[in-house]
Parts: sequence; structure tokens; C-alpha cells
Amino acid sequence: MAIHKVLGTETEYGIVVRGDPGFNPAVASSLVVNSYPGERVKVQWSYEEESPGRDARGFGHDTYGLIDPEGAVVNSVLANGARLYVDHAHPEYSAPESYDPLEAALYDKAGEVVMHRASMAASESAGRQISLYKNNSDGKGNSYGAHENYLLSRETPFGDVIRYAMTFMVTRQVFTGAGKVGKENDRADVDFQITQRADFFEEEVGLETTLKRPIVNTRDEPHGDPSAYRRLHVIIGDATLSEYQTFLKMGATALMLAALEDGAIPDPLDLFDPVEACWQVSHDLALRKPLELDGGGIATALELQGRYLEWLSKYVEKEMDDPVWDQVIAEWERTLQRLETDPDSLSDTLDWVAKKRMLEGYVQRDGLQWTNNKLRALDLQYHDVDPDRGLYNRLASRGSMRRLFTDEQIVDAVTNPPTRTRAYFRGRCVSEFAGSLVAANWDSLVFDIGEAHLKRVPMMEPLRGDISLVGELLDEAEDAADLLRRLES
Amino acid sequence: MSDRDRGQAEGRREEETEDQSTKAVETDTDLDALDDLLDEIDEVLEENAEEFVKNYVQKGGQ
Repeated sequence: MAIHKVLGTETEYGIVVRGDPGFNPAVASSLVVNSYPGERVKVQWSYEEESPGRDARGFGHDTYGLIDPEGAVVNSVLANGARLYVDHAHPEYSAPESYDPLEAALYDKAGEVVMHRASMAASESAGRQISLYKNNSDGKGNSYGAHENYLLSRETPFGDVIRYAMTFMVTRQVFTGAGKVGKENDRADVDFQITQRADFFEEEVGLETTLKRPIVNTRDEPHGDPSAYRRLHVIIGDATLSEYQTFLKMGATALMLAALEDGAIPDPLDLFDPVEACWQVSHDLALRKPLELDGGGIATALELQGRYLEWLSKYVEKEMDDPVWDQVIAEWERTLQRLETDPDSLSDTLDWVAKKRMLEGYVQRDGLQWTNNKLRALDLQYHDVDPDRGLYNRLASRGSMRRLFTDEQIVDAVTNPPTRTRAYFRGRCVSEFAGSLVAANWDSLVFDIGEAHLKRVPMMEPLRGDISLVGELLDEAEDAADLLRRLES
Repeated sequence: MSDRDRGQAEGRREEETEDQSTKAVETDTDLDALDDLLDEIDEVLEENAEEFVKNYVQKGGQ
């Protein structure tokens, strides 16, 4: 039986300082992160256990300590267990480790509220409006990431992950895309395409995340016991605003990986050229493009996704008790069926369809060409995190998007951590012992309780530190020193 | 085809016809909703689209 798929998202947000086109994005991002008014602890992020340069294939260069120079300066851990920091030239929200895809989608949405609050406070202190965008491309050849993370067993041969996940990642784009006007990176001309990110993928497999981006990323940085776990770092995906879409994206992918670990995927469905197919799928709004299979034959992305759905429906029936997985299967089936018969009917479910419908409305009403900057502006504005300006938010508030969560649930997730993973321990410590917390990482917390040495609490098991294990202990602890005493005994 | 099958098939055809007529109505409503939506968006749309798009540059991402 596959290990539990602890999962979560990490999103770099686009940033604009109004009236100051020459702004320094690293400085503006630092201001945003530093201004966040909610419960959090500004900490030193300890890199001891981080190794983004380590390659899952067992080789490669180590860029230890150099990959994230700004991170050391502006870094914080929030009361919900998330990390809010500056990555490269963007404010980034890394959601807390979640127990299932429903929770992962909720904490991803909470990130939008965090970013909006941070941007409001930063705007006030800068005296200029700072806007943030949950998207992945500036339309000028620059992309920034929305990554997903899934816990895998160390025993799963990474070669299997590469082979069996490749076609899935390429074809899932039909329901993971957030939509984009035009093409980038010298790809074929197109008015509109399904994803923000596809044009930027150039390799099948690799360690890079900023250039020559690979469909399967090999970063081997488990953020947990390295002898037991891997963390699959999925970089081929769009930041999605639709709650159902994020749920489906993460749910289907987690299921696929669990089944892969259990040997329940009978055929890797190898594509002849996955990179080419990646662009083709994104550019094919009709969803009819035949993709060449390795060893002959053709199939469309929808047909290939249909195969995965068939296998995984059986897998869920046989192996998965939690009803959340039935919900994933039902949503997946509904989405694939509608993409086949009437894609426009998903304008309340998928960002790319919602955006396309809106843009086509403008094209028709105002007689615009697809190269018109008004359409590009609409495209960008869809992702603005501001509830009034953001066009996704406008759609949602007028009831045009299906919702999984209430606004109250999302706001609640900004300050309360998931209860079934170690994020619970991290979040509660931020809420209650902020003054004693000096450093943090995904798999440890470091306390200063006034003794000669700092005290480090390792958290190498992603599911340990949940409410059932430490809830009572946290309730009873009088201060950080007392908490550590209780943890030791 | 037995009578029962035929009856079922006809029933299905009727359902399909009904579905299509419902769908036509929905499509009209959809268009009205889309018009409303565009009107609403017009009010919040970036005032200078040209300038906004030109200045939206994001370097240094993953």
C-alpha cells in the first residue's frame, strides 16, 4: 500500500508597483512579505536540511545555500503553518503540508488572502499601490512557478516515477491550465492557449526550475526523513484560482502517484515526444490533437486521461477508503466528459475556460483582435488577488464559479493550521510561542528558551505533530520551555 | 429490437430532445449573463490597458 500522500502547493506571485514601472521587484517583494499584518514569526530559515541542488537520479551539482539568497533576509512562518518569503524576485506562499487534496486546495486559497492582506499593508507603507497576481507568466517570456509537492516513498524507484508520470503530467494540462492570451518563447502562434506554463517547458527530465524547465523535476529534497521519503516537486502546472480545479489537479495527481507506487498503472503510455506534446496539448483548444505515441499509434490528451481515470477508478474502489478520493474520481470523470462534449460548460470550473469565455465575449462585443492589449490586460487582471479588481474574484462573488469553500472557511485557514500533519505543531507554535521561536524549516523548529544552547525540535515525519499527538500537550504547555520539557518526557 | 427496447430508445430520444431545448434556453441565459458580466468588468478594468500590459514585467522566477 502506497504511503499517505501528504501534499501542498507553493506559489510565486507576480508583483506590480503602480506608477513606478522601474521598481525593484526584490525590494517590493520584501516589503510585501515584511508588511504582512497577520500572525506570524519572522524567522531565520535554517537551510541545514535543505538541498535543492540534490538530484533524485543520484547525481548533479549542489547549489546549497546559493539558490535563495533573499530568503535568508525575509522569511516568516505563519500561524497556519505556511511559509511566506521572498523567492527570487517574487513574494511566495508555500502552503502548509495538507492531509488530502481538499485541504490542500483550501490552504492554497488561504494564500491568496495572505497575499492580499500583505499587499494592502505594503501599499500603505509604500504610499503606492502594490498589486499581486496569482499567475505564472508576464506574457513577455518570463515565467514564475506554481509548484506542487507530493510525498513519495524512498523505495519507489525514481526511474518509474519519471516514466509513468511523464504522459500524465503532459495530458493533465487539459484540466490544470489557467489560460493565456498568445504564445511565448518562440512557440507556434496562437490566439489563446490552455496553460500559462507549457511554452516554458523544454526538457523531459531535469533539475532546473528557472531555465530549460523539465516536465519531471528531479529535485531530491524530501523535507523529511531522507531514508524513508521523497518529495515529488511538480513544476509543470499553473497557479489556479478555481477551487474545484486546484482540488482536481492535486487529487488526480496524488492518486496517480499512489497507484504508481502500488504498481497499479499497467502502461506508461509513453509519448514519442513529450516536450512537443506538452506545447501541442496547451495550444489545442478543440482538445482533438492526436499525440504520437512511442512505438506507434496516436491518442488525444483526453483519451490518455481517460485511460488513467479508468485505472484509478478501479484503484480507488480497491484501495482507498476515504470518500475524498471518490470525490476526486467523480469530479475528474465529470470534467473529462464535459471537455469531450461541451468544454464551454466548464466555465464555472476551470480557469482557462472561464477566462476564454470572458475574452471571447470582449472579442465579439467590441470587435477586438486577439493581439489587442485590452485582452492581455484582462488576462492579467483575472489573477489580481484584490477581491474588487481581480476578475476571478468578480466571477466568484457573482456566483459564476463553483465553490468548494465558504469565504469564512478560507479566512479561518489563514490562521488555523491543518490538524492532521506536522503543520499543526508548527502553526500552533507560531500562534503561542512566537517569542521563543528563532528558526524554522519544514522539518524542524528551533527555540530559544534562555538557556546556553538553542533547542532544535526535529520533525522528520510529515504526519507526526498532528492534533492527536501534540494537541493536548500544546494546550497544557505554559511556555516554550514547558513545551520542550513535555516533548522530552 | 424488442418493443421494450424500442420504447426505451424512444424515451431516450425524447429526453435528448428535451435536453436540447433546455440547453437552448440556457444558452440565451448564458449570453445575458455574459453581457452582464462584461458590463461589470468594464467598470473595474484597468484604465490604460496599453500602459498596464507594457509595465507588467516579471523577471527572475522559477
